Parts: sequence; C-alpha cells; structure tokens
Amino acid sequence: MRRTVNVFAPALAALALLAASLSAPAPALAKTEIHFWHAMGGQLGETVSELVRQFNQSQGEYEVKALNKGTYPEVLTAAIAAYRQKNPPHIVQFFDVGTQTMLSSGAIYPVFQLMKEHEIAVNWGDFIKPVTGYYSKDGNLYSMPFNSSSPILYYNKDAFKKAGLDPSKPPATWKQVGEFSKKIIAAGGAKCGFTTSWPSWTMLENTFPWHDQPFATNENGYKGLDTKLLINGEFGVKHIGQLAAWQKEGVYSYGGRMGQPDPKFINGDCAMLVQSSAVIGGFKKSIKFDWSTGQLPHWGAPYKKQNAVVGGGTLWVMKGQKAADYKGVAQFLKFISDPHQQMWWSVTTGYVPITQTAIKNLEAGYHFKKNPEQWTALSQLSGTPTANSRGHRLGNMAQIRDAIEPELENIFAGKKTAKEGLDAAVAKGNDILKEFAAANKP
Amino acid sequence: MKRSVFKNRGLPYLLVLPQVVVTLVFFFWPAFESLRLSFFRSSAFGDKVVFIGLENFQKLLVSSDYYQSVVNSFIFAFGVTALGVGAGLFVAALATQRVRGLVAYRTAVLWPYGIAPPIAGIIFLFIFHPSYGVLPYWLSFVTAYEFNWLLQGWVAMALVIIATAWTLVGYNIAFFLAGLLAIPTSVIEAASVDGAGAIRRFRLIVFPLLAPITFYLVVVNLIFSFFGSFGMIHAVTQGGPGGATEIMVFKLYKDGFIGLNLGSSAAQSVILMLVVIGLTALQFRFVEKRITY
Repeated sequence: MRRTVNVFAPALAALALLAASLSAPAPALAKTEIHFWHAMGGQLGETVSELVRQFNQSQGEYEVKALNKGTYPEVLTAAIAAYRQKNPPHIVQFFDVGTQTMLSSGAIYPVFQLMKEHEIAVNWGDFIKPVTGYYSKDGNLYSMPFNSSSPILYYNKDAFKKAGLDPSKPPATWKQVGEFSKKIIAAGGAKCGFTTSWPSWTMLENTFPWHDQPFATNENGYKGLDTKLLINGEFGVKHIGQLAAWQKEGVYSYGGRMGQPDPKFINGDCAMLVQSSAVIGGFKKSIKFDWSTGQLPHWGAPYKKQNAVVGGGTLWVMKGQKAADYKGVAQFLKFISDPHQQMWWSVTTGYVPITQTAIKNLEAGYHFKKNPEQWTALSQLSGTPTANSRGHRLGNMAQIRDAIEPELENIFAGKKTAKEGLDAAVAKGNDILKEFAAANKP
Repeated sequence: MKRSVFKNRGLPYLLVLPQVVVTLVFFFWPAFESLRLSFFRSSAFGDKVVFIGLENFQKLLVSSDYYQSVVNSFIFAFGVTALGVGAGLFVAALATQRVRGLVAYRTAVLWPYGIAPPIAGIIFLFIFHPSYGVLPYWLSFVTAYEFNWLLQGWVAMALVIIATAWTLVGYNIAFFLAGLLAIPTSVIEAASVDGAGAIRRFRLIVFPLLAPITFYLVVVNLIFSFFGSFGMIHAVTQGGPGGATEIMVFKLYKDGFIGLNLGSSAAQSVILMLVVIGLTALQFRFVEKRITY
C-alpha cells in the first residue's frame, strides 16, 4: 500500500491544486456579464456583434457577451441544457414557431414584466400589430421582438428582360408566376421559373394567413392546446397540387429545405425565389445581376388578401440567473428596441422595422423610396390581422415543420398526390400536437 | 503465458480503477439515464415529468415512420459496410503490388479516414449538390438526366452510403494492408508453383487468411454506420427527401433535439442500443465458431 501512495500522491496533489485554482475567486470584474445566445450567422451575426458592441460602449455597468450557438433549434437545445444545469444564459434568441414551447416552459421571465419591475418605460403600443399579435399573451408581450421578416418574392430582372417582360412588374398572382416562368424558360432567361426556400414556412405557414385561411383549429392554436392542423383542406391541396404540377413541368424547381435553394437564384438557374426578407442584405453583396422584389404571390379571388405572419426571432429572457443581472438585461433590451438601433439593424440586414416610429423615421428619410425591396416585406405586414393571420401558436412547431417538409418532398417527387401527402402531414402533425398537449397539461 | 504477480493486493484494482470509472461515468451512467428517461413523458425544460411506463415504446412500435427509419438504418449500414469493406480490400490488394511510389500511394489511400464525417459531408455537398455542386453542373452539359437527390430518395441514400463508405475506406485499407503483408509469401509462391492464377490464389488462400480481419472490419463498419454516421446525414440530407435517409440515430436526434420529445428519443436510443448489442453478440458467436485465427 505504501508504494501506491507514493505513486499517486503527486498526482493527487496536482489535482487538488487544480481544483483549488478553479474554485478560487476570480479577480473582481468591473462589469456584470450578460450572456446572450443567438442564431445569427454570417452577415447577420456580424450585425448582432456590432449592436452588442454599441451597447457595451454606451454604458459602463454591464458587458453583454453575444454567442452564436448555431441554428435556432440548436440555440434552444443548448439553452435548455444550460437551464437544467441551473446556469442558463440571460437572453436567448428563438424563432417564431418556438413561441408556444417557450410560453409553456415555465422557464422564462416575461419581457413586459421584466420592464415593469425594472421601471423601464417601453411604448408597447408602438410595435406594429402583426408583431404584438404573434408574441403576446393576454395582451402582454412575453418576448422582445428583435429580428422580424416575412417571405417575399425575389426576381431576376435580367431574366425578365430577356423574356420581354416588364422588369419593373413582378408577378402578383400565382397564375402570373406560372405564365412568366414559362416565358422566361422559353426565352432562355433561366433554366427554371422559381424555387422556394424554407418550404413549409413560405408555402404553407405564410401562404395560409396571406389568403386568410386557417392553418389550424382553435384560431391557429391561440385558443387552447387541443389543436389540429387544417392544411389538407381545399386551399392547401390546390396550392401544393399546383406546385407539384409545376415541378413536373420544370416551372418550379424544388431546392431543399431552409436556405438551401438560394444558390439556384443567386447563380441564375431560377428566375424567381420566395425567401425571407432577411436575406436582402446578403443578396445585395453577393448577387451580380439586376434583381428586385415583389410581394408573396396571391391566388386572387375568391380569396381575400390578408397579411403575412412575421417570421424570424424574438429575444426571450430566462429565469434562473442572479436577480441583480436582470436590470442589465432590461437595459439591453430597451437599447436594441430603440428606434435608432432598430432602424440601423433593419437597414443593414433586411429585417423589417417593427415600431411605428422607426417606420415613420425611415419613410421621412425616403429610405423605402431608395430601397423599395425593404418596403416589400413591411407592406405585407400592414393592417389588422384576423384570427387566421395573427400567427401560429402550436406546440413543438419546429417538429411539426419537420413532419410537413418530408411530405412536401414526397408530393413534389410525385410519390404522393397533394391530398395524400398533406393528409399524412396532418396526421403526423396532430400526433405531435397531442403529445405536446399531454406533456404540458396545465 | 507469463503470469504477473502483484505483491500488493490493492494495486491491480487501483490500476484498473480509472478505466472502470471512465466506463461507469461515460458509458453506464448515460445508458442508464436513457433507460430511465424512456419511461417518462417530459416537457422540454424538464419542469413537468410524468411516468408513463412503456408508452414511448408502444408509440414507436406502431409508427410507420419509425419502421422506415429501421429499414433505412439496415440498408444504410449494410450498404456502407459492403462498399467500405469491399473497396478497402480491393484498394489494399492493389497497394501491395510492386509499383513505383508505393509509399506515396499508401499514404494517400489512408487519408480519407482523417476527415471527420461532417466535413466529408460538406465536401460531398460541394461536389454533388443539385443547386451548387460541380458534378450536376458538368452532367448538365452531357446529359439531360437531372441528378436531383433532393427529391429522389434512393439517389440520396446512395449518396450518403458512398460518402460514408469513403470516410471509412482509409481505416479499412490500413487493416487490410497489414493483413495482406502478414501473409507469408512462401504460401502464395507455393500456390503459384501449383498452377493457381491470381484470382484463384486470392480466393483460396489470401481471402481465407484475411477472414479474421474482414470480420473485425465488418463489425466495426456496421457499428459505425448505426451510431457514428449522424454527422454525415446531418450535413448532407437531414434525413430527406421524404424521410428516405432518416436512419435511426438521426431520427432519435431529430425527435429529441428539434422535437424536444426526450422520452421518445430516449426510448429510441434504448432500441438502437439493443440492436447494436444484439448484432455484435451474434457476430461474435458466429465468428468464434467459424473463423479461426
């Protein structure tokens, strides 16, 4: 035994030293750190870093540390793991469809309450209605709106000219999208007419409210957890069925999920693209040809033209950190929602400005006249939303999206008809909703 | 065999202790935790946890999606193994020929193993992606065939199988090379003298002598395909199109980390664990009997 002790004693001593050095108090920091996890990569990520830098310079008490944790689902997974280990980040950016999951979590510190308790005045009424409608519960905002976008149509003006089409007139209806596409392909302007990024988000989640059609029962889930999807009705079958027919003809070219189809538009293969307005900033840098934007196409009568729903993310404040830190959190959220920062953020990225003040100021500076593409997304969010167009309040919606998109692929591949595919998507989606309701019984 | 004798009775236990601790903490604990979680329905943030017995398993057993992922997993695993081991043997056989620059060749064929699956996936995307890949672009000049695995399930499956096999082939080659070089040349020369041609020599002498290595590689490749192939699927197809490349380990990730359904995800990992344990046990029994080292 003596020998072993001799062998291991130095190792143990080293370990003890290491442990001591780890637990020793760090030198007193002048600033309180606020951790902010987000999902913004590339150009968007740089813009977030710049906003954070501005805040850190604007005051001396708090230091916000922004960290890109990957995609939205990855950010949430990381935040949940941290929360379970009792050390969550203060602020987490999460996407629109995660709203119900966050509301049911019991892990969040509602933003309206945070601001009230720290006596920071926010003019909540200044936020535009599609934003407050989406992220409010009982009339109060639970998360701070940050990056809001809506899906718009991008089109290649050069391809339009080649086909003899007026490059200042994007197609307004889906019928025109089909006609224009065929003309462009025939004239050699592009190989395919159009493609769509984030297929479930652009072609269903937004196309339904845009036509004032219900996406799910219970007013899209706002009225309760026992919700069922409604996307396999006549409208859904008509719209998705037409896309499938166009896919067969080569008018539409399915290009994958998320932003994967973007290169088809950027490299000129497809003349049109439906994608979030958030990529405007990136496209301005990367696209060589002449392009512009139009509203999300509409089917026309008998459908009413309503509004698109905001996509993008909001900032959620998590419970479980030191009480003193939350004052800094409140100040940071106030800072980024101020018109000045908001205008800068919007102009730099392509996300829409979300307060009336910011919009008015931008208009006064002729910003939208000079940058009409930034007006496009905003114009789709005007008006007062109906029960069908307020948003989606569905539990585990990220997973529902994951159930819908494979079925869309089956439809576009011709393996299933639009009706069969959407029926299957609804069946799977309803199972997910049932599971969520069971796991989150009040 | 030489017996090591420890004078101190405690020392050997102390020496194996770190390994035991690592195994317990990093293997048994998580495995037990998965098993425990699989009996619960839990909300994403873990604030509401309800014991539901075998319901998570029941749901999986009636889910057609789950069956598809099981079938996909087997197609994927056997495809990768057949291709990876087959190609490995072929290339290793070539790399034992007497040619100039042999060392350079041998180094080159081992390289793919040094590349992490997600990186390999990205490389394959740059080559094969229908929107921005080089190969579909070149193909479009010579044929009207549209190489679109974003919609054709079997093409997507073939692509991930080839890509995964490619990452494994270097490892397989290394083992086969060692095995081939260990075969005494006298045996092969004797066969030559007896009039056996190259193919006959390979079939009757080389291949049987390689059997233990081949077997080992088949097991390792299968297990890797079931467990370790997540990065490739995640980078290339995300399980699409239409779930055609959704293998068990990817579905488990998706349900657990995107869907936040931890109970079901845990149940799936328990099943996956059983499949792989069963497969390995079966093969080891088989090999103990049939393959002589």
